[in-house]
Amino acid sequence: MSKPLLEVVGLRASAGEKEILRGIDLTVRAGEVHAVMGPNGSGKSTLAQVIAGHPAYEVTAGRVLYEGRDLLEMEPEERAQAGVFLAFQYPVEIPGISNAYFLRAAYNEIRKARGLEEVDSMDFLDLLEEKLRIVEWGPDIMSRAVNSGFSGGEKKRNEILQMAVLEPKLAVLDETDSGLDIDALRIVADGVNALRRPENATVLVTHYQRLLNYIVPDRVHVLSNGRIVKSGGKELALELEERGYEWLEQEAAVP
Amino acid sequence: MSQTFAQDLQARHTPRLGPVWLEPLRRAAMERFAATGFPTSKDEEWRFTPVGPIAQTVWQSAPPAADLSRTRLAPFIFGHPEWNTLVFVNGFYREDLSSTNQVEAGLHVSSLAEALRRDGGLVEAHLGRHAPINASPFIALNTSVVGQGGFVHVAANAQLTRPVHLVFVTTKEATGSVMQPRNLVVVERNARAAVIESFVTLVDDRSYWTNAVTEVVVAQNSWLEHTRIQRESEAAYHIGSTHVDQQRDSHYRSFTMAMGGAMARHTLHTRLNDENVETLLYGLYFTRGEQLVDNHTAIFHDQPNCRSWEVYKGVLDGRSRAVFNGKVFVRPEAQKTDAKQTNRNLLLSDSARVNTKPQLEIFADDVKCTHGATVGKLDDIALFYARSRGVPAAEAQRLLTYAFAAEVIAEVTLDPVREELERLVRERLGGL
Repeated sequence: MSKPLLEVVGLRASAGEKEILRGIDLTVRAGEVHAVMGPNGSGKSTLAQVIAGHPAYEVTAGRVLYEGRDLLEMEPEERAQAGVFLAFQYPVEIPGISNAYFLRAAYNEIRKARGLEEVDSMDFLDLLEEKLRIVEWGPDIMSRAVNSGFSGGEKKRNEILQMAVLEPKLAVLDETDSGLDIDALRIVADGVNALRRPENATVLVTHYQRLLNYIVPDRVHVLSNGRIVKSGGKELALELEERGYEWLEQEAAVP
Repeated sequence: MSQTFAQDLQARHTPRLGPVWLEPLRRAAMERFAATGFPTSKDEEWRFTPVGPIAQTVWQSAPPAADLSRTRLAPFIFGHPEWNTLVFVNGFYREDLSSTNQVEAGLHVSSLAEALRRDGGLVEAHLGRHAPINASPFIALNTSVVGQGGFVHVAANAQLTRPVHLVFVTTKEATGSVMQPRNLVVVERNARAAVIESFVTLVDDRSYWTNAVTEVVVAQNSWLEHTRIQRESEAAYHIGSTHVDQQRDSHYRSFTMAMGGAMARHTLHTRLNDENVETLLYGLYFTRGEQLVDNHTAIFHDQPNCRSWEVYKGVLDGRSRAVFNGKVFVRPEAQKTDAKQTNRNLLLSDSARVNTKPQLEIFADDVKCTHGATVGKLDDIALFYARSRGVPAAEAQRLLTYAFAAEVIAEVTLDPVREELERLVRERLGGL
């Protein structure tokens, strides 16, 4: 068994007064794909955002280790520089700067943090060309302002493009499948699959089983009311598809 | 006090040369200023912008700086020495530093003084007509010494391929002095042109005062992109008045950037004199320290079927202050007017303040007029987004501030101008 990349132990987190995560335990090893599923409001997006360091959440208990380091002590940018990537459920629009400018800034910051030389815009364009192919895009998208006026599908594809360029070790995809038509879903899934490496891991946060037809998970976890109430193999996702979440919530409610 | 000041300025500044009609105009202007004096905070137009520091200073007339090379002006000419460029040093036209020999069919560029000598009739038809002396005491004061400045004439049907650049630069010799440039831009029928005015300095810490007036005519079916860059010393004072007259089917787009001045005010009036006129006003201001930057715009919808679109954005830091006042007047006959005004302010510090005031006066009933003003900080979620991609917090702030500014710069159509504006913003933000 490979080393754990991510270890979440007894994690509790709140937004304001409201406790959302109520004791999460999760271990993700290099090479694995985990799916975190659950009904709306179960806390799965919060888990993804806490891992990335979203300022809206306060961690009240537990710990998160990334490659053995205390992730919760790290700033969001330090997490990114160390190889953590969150594909946002709602990618942010930034009018005024081009997609290329933003992505090169991010790429260079990560390189700088790793003691590597920054790349100029010409070299970056070369790199982009190859990465754009992964999401089946031409270069035009790079001169548009970041996510500005992008369709829902374009925004999600753009997240995958960023992931392809930044090459994270741990990618957390927060409902990247929601709102996608079947073609966009395939492109996004193909992108994720193309970027899988033995040394990397992916956590897919999703409400539906649909995405898992394209990206086959090693483990499936079901979140309910801030806790993981069931974990299993890929067949668990199919069972959820068939039976819904209610039976698990009822099961979890039994003391 | 005011009269002495005006007389004094006139006595010392004005070359007594010029056509016969000019001297009465100067005298009328001087009398006008003597009667009004400087505005006070009781004057609604100057409520948030005290001009005491200007009114209470005894300003000298600047001596022309003797030694100045083109090399020292290089940072100000956008990397385009081949553009027709008029250079004024401490208010004085410097032929030796200007380039007016780039032939463009239909373009005439010269100092105003030369235009008065060569074609007084054309100047007479416009000078003081669009920015009348009763519009503001500062216009009166400027007119009382009128004679120095730039003149741009674009003949009917001319399609200019390069912008014309008017550069007003101050040197250390300008310390304690007032400069009062007067510019006249006339774009005739069916012509297309771009004009840039730059107010810049070689001395960032010196106090002086620029009182500039620019009159612009955009004739029938013509197109003008007008960029105004104000980067005075942060210890200086700048009062600018731009008055634009637009005729039928014309398109005028203005971009004003204000970064300098201890206190800087720009008043921009556009009069839409006939039907099917389009007016686009974009603005960007950066303030820091104790700076005060004021933008007053007024759009006069006098005729039907015209469209005006205005976006001004500000980035405020330190204990600085910005004032925005956007007037839109729609006359009863100006039906089908489509006017939209937006003022957005980004506060980078808790001590910065903004006074923003839209002022729409609509007397026609079949119009579409909207306005909106916002004052806020950088969006936390956007900051997190950038940081989650590896961009450190301080850098993410700069990046998003740049994005905020660049969104309005994107409206500049000329690539070299837009790129220079972007560069200036990046430089202001400490490099990106």
